[in-house]
Amino acid sequence: MATRTLPDGTRTWRRFTPSQSVVRWMGWLIGVAVFVWCWNRISESTTWFFVWDAPRIAGDIISRATPPKWPYVNELWWPIWDTLNIATLGTLGSLVMAVPVAFLAARNTTPSRFLVRPVALLIIVSTRSINSLIWALLLIAIIGPGVFAGIVAIAIRSVGFCAKLLYEAIEEIEQTQVEAIAATGASRWQVMLYGIVPQIMPALAGIAVFRWDINIRESTVLGLVGAGGIGLQLSASLNVLAWAQVAVILLIILAAVGLGEWVSAKVRGAII
Amino acid sequence: MSSSELDTLIGTRWKKPPFIRRVWLRSALVLGGFLYLVLAIASVEVNWSRVYEGLERGAAFVAAFTTPDFTTRAADIREGMLESIVMTVAASVVGILISIPIGLGAARNLAPLPVYLVCRGIIAVSRALQEIIVAILLVAIFGFGPLAGFLTLSFATIGFLSKLLAEDIESMDRAQAEAVRATGARWTQWINYGVQPQFMPRLIGLSMYRLDINFRESAILGLVGAGGIGATLNTAFDRYEFDTAAAILILIIVIVMALEYLSGIVRSRVQ
Repeated sequence: MATRTLPDGTRTWRRFTPSQSVVRWMGWLIGVAVFVWCWNRISESTTWFFVWDAPRIAGDIISRATPPKWPYVNELWWPIWDTLNIATLGTLGSLVMAVPVAFLAARNTTPSRFLVRPVALLIIVSTRSINSLIWALLLIAIIGPGVFAGIVAIAIRSVGFCAKLLYEAIEEIEQTQVEAIAATGASRWQVMLYGIVPQIMPALAGIAVFRWDINIRESTVLGLVGAGGIGLQLSASLNVLAWAQVAVILLIILAAVGLGEWVSAKVRGAII
Repeated sequence: MSSSELDTLIGTRWKKPPFIRRVWLRSALVLGGFLYLVLAIASVEVNWSRVYEGLERGAAFVAAFTTPDFTTRAADIREGMLESIVMTVAASVVGILISIPIGLGAARNLAPLPVYLVCRGIIAVSRALQEIIVAILLVAIFGFGPLAGFLTLSFATIGFLSKLLAEDIESMDRAQAEAVRATGARWTQWINYGVQPQFMPRLIGLSMYRLDINFRESAILGLVGAGGIGATLNTAFDRYEFDTAAAILILIIVIVMALEYLSGIVRSRVQ
């Protein structure tokens, strides 16, 4: 809060003091300079001739893509089934890995705060920061192309996400219930099973469905690098510039994503 | 619990109540889930001998993380990383600038119905299409290079930020906005002094988060020719140069962790 004296002697309200204003303007100046530099670099490595030609090319693609080649749908049922399996089995696999990691990462359940917890957090960060397409690339190099590589890629990629949300839920549980179970003389595992697990069950189910929804989206494009699912057909159609087939595939992907979102919203509404 | 209910319970062993109470629903769900799992697992073809052979390469890859090779392809890695960062920064700035007016327009308590519908439509389209698919289409239209990646990330940022921003504005405190309006402020002043201070902390937090997401996404755009580190990474995997790939992945993880740390500091300062 500051005031400013006008030439005629009256004082008016201003939001920032002069020094605050200077700092703000410097911040804006640096920000704009960084942006201009970035833009120049992008501009340097762009062939502007193609960009000016873009409207014509876009029109050309649209005219080739319409009408979509609907009979092609019949070749897509099996890839869609594969895509669904990649998402579902991948989510299940990731939960199997994420639950122990979450228990090791939560402050109130970890066996050792200085040894085990950092390792669990490292697993969470590293699986989360690498995209599922990169995991798929890596797994294809290791175990060969196919649906299995896609399932494993989705599973590994989702571990960090699920474990992070789950360990936050574990840290927020009510301690009185845990103490009540412990007071009956329950063992460490019984405390976990009857004191902690029932409290995090709704969170776990919500996380699983939420991640399944995201995984449906991600599994549709895994085929681009050869990890199975409908992405394989997308990449094949793109390679031969069959835009009418591409249009069909994109519409199917949109429908699948919409359906996934709808199911997940319904299930989460029922749980919470 | 009445005493007669208690009497019947005395002497019986306590059992955990089931998660779903209705018996037919529970058994139907269990049976259906089991059936689906059997069908799904049966339809996945796994070449176990190939997987077994691959375990050796997997071990080689894990070993590569202990000896990452930053030097052999140092020039490629530096160029790719710089391009990824440049794309991320430029796309985040443009995306945030465009998503503010769209977010304002998509808030039902500020915008008239036609504007609201148009803005919500833009958000829905942007959220439904994945980055990589948008990138493929934009590469086909604008040619290879970081421009396509920049446009893709900007487009994705708009859907993400506008939606969350609109939800934040819709749940804002009306009293403050009305107090500013009661002083006789113009529409722009009303937004600037009555609405903006309320969503600013969240906008800054979300922008930092989106910067983080954009960097992660920029790492894969190179796979389809939209610029960034992805192309270098793809080449490294294709040539089984696991130590170079490990170096790139380590760089990505370190930058993402640094961004997360930075956004944590920024968020705790503005909130």
